[in-house]
Amino acid sequence: MISGKAIKYGNNVNTDVIIPAKYLVLTLDPAELAKHAMEGLDPTFFRKAQGGVIIVAGRNFGCGSSREEAPLALKHAGAKCVLAESFARIFYRNAINLGVPVLECSGVSDNVEDGDELMVNLETGLIENRSKGLTLRATQLPEFIMEILNDGGLIEHLKKRGIK
Amino acid sequence: MNIIEKILAKASGKDEVTPGEIVEASVDVAMIHDLTGPLTIESFRKIGARKVWDNKRIVVIFDHLVPANSERAAKLHSIVREFVAEQKIENFYDVGRGGICHQVMPEKGHVRPGELIVGADSHTCTYGAFGAFATGIGATDMAAVFATGALWLKVPSVIKVNVEGRFQRYVTPKDLILNMMGEIKADGAIYKGIEFAGSTVRNMSVDGRMTMCNMAIEVSAKTGIVEPDETTLNYIKERTNKPFQIFENDHDSAYEKILNLDVTNMEPQVSCPHSVDNVKPVSEVADVSIDQAFIGSCTNGRIEDLRLAASFLKGKKVRNGVRMIVVPASREVYLQALQEGLLEIFLKAGAIVGNPTCGPCLGGHLGLLAPGEICISSSNRNFVGRMGSPKAKVYLASPITVAASAITGKITNPRELEA
Repeated sequence: MISGKAIKYGNNVNTDVIIPAKYLVLTLDPAELAKHAMEGLDPTFFRKAQGGVIIVAGRNFGCGSSREEAPLALKHAGAKCVLAESFARIFYRNAINLGVPVLECSGVSDNVEDGDELMVNLETGLIENRSKGLTLRATQLPEFIMEILNDGGLIEHLKKRGIK
Repeated sequence: MNIIEKILAKASGKDEVTPGEIVEASVDVAMIHDLTGPLTIESFRKIGARKVWDNKRIVVIFDHLVPANSERAAKLHSIVREFVAEQKIENFYDVGRGGICHQVMPEKGHVRPGELIVGADSHTCTYGAFGAFATGIGATDMAAVFATGALWLKVPSVIKVNVEGRFQRYVTPKDLILNMMGEIKADGAIYKGIEFAGSTVRNMSVDGRMTMCNMAIEVSAKTGIVEPDETTLNYIKERTNKPFQIFENDHDSAYEKILNLDVTNMEPQVSCPHSVDNVKPVSEVADVSIDQAFIGSCTNGRIEDLRLAASFLKGKKVRNGVRMIVVPASREVYLQALQEGLLEIFLKAGAIVGNPTCGPCLGGHLGLLAPGEICISSSNRNFVGRMGSPKAKVYLASPITVAASAITGKITNPRELEA
């Protein structure tokens, strides 16, 4: 179970606003990257995300560049999970590989407001909006993706499984 | 099966695959660059891997921040150089040796039809122009590929884009792909493949096909692809002598959707701030004043692009108050442009010619924008802050529309300027 306050954004949130290119030279310093997470869209994100938040967004979250620094910065800023109507595929893979759960949930933008208290069950895909007293159903993650997440990301997953 | 399904079936050792199926696929070629390489290497070490699965199938190209524009960038370069030496990777294009990765890959014979190619860069889909299945992945996925030579892929459903008609003068494949993006929209092809077909694509050069496939990612597609033909083979055979397999669509290939486009009456197109799918005919945005005009990038920094732009700029001047930046996509393109006298035309017109790099396109270096400034660019993204200040604006267009606009100082239909 993942719980936290929602921070809400719109459609087509691209990786250039999640982490502007000028910070990519900080690629090996996640703590520094995190300070600039979402800077192109919401410079207050880092402050708000302290202690853990759930990002809620519209369609095509994470579109654009393949930079893994995007989910890396969000993770280290405090994003526990991202819920969106849909995701761009490279961001989706990158987030899972870093152990950040990403769930596709139709209707999530209409049924969650900024600051709502959410409870997410990854196993069942059920999202409880405690502030509104309603439950949403996200697309369940396939088993092999759940295994990667449960291991804490692809690196730990491969270490555990051993490299063929 | 369609060509994408056939390539993925071969890569995963199956007779048949269907859309939605998850396959474990063997990678033919894997590419990293200076900006995605360091994290790939770090993840590779964290996995506990010591030796890459096949050092002949890995290509390393420095292009994003070249030459190093800061001490940090220089440090990242040195990390990658050490890895290249340690793993004895021969296909390494250091500063001054190659250019933009998506131009260098096919140019140097690292792309062949029928192959599965992954790159730690979103515009890897460019190689679909040669009938390969090519897609971008992140650093940790790439580290897993470096360690194992394989990765999981979901077989995508495919949108077929059939294009007919002849381009009017000064209308180019870039205008066509911008127009298509306006139709499909930025999120219209998530997890899907796009196949470009029809007589217009058949008659298109390799350069034009690369521009089309390059921008498939801008509608969030997994890849863009063109069935290989004589044009493909003429290019490939000059650059590689390794064997490859050509796949073609079956007559009963299944598509999720077919989009028919006709270019006959298409005018030059412009993608307006701040979304790639905010596309309008140039006549609707004419008269927007510009501060900077950029020709370059993996989308439009090739020799045909430079020839078109130069033919327009010959004997003319970039308007006072406008900065024009021209960046050939690779060393080979640079040399060719030099030999053809194109660079002289740019310089005499008042443009600056930079070294091959991704620099300006991603707001890395060599021409960033100040707050309030407007740039017309032949590149691929106009997101907030993409080319510098979040308060700057970027309009995307063809190299020839960029050249025409540089002359007048405002967004200009090249056909009007000609008269």
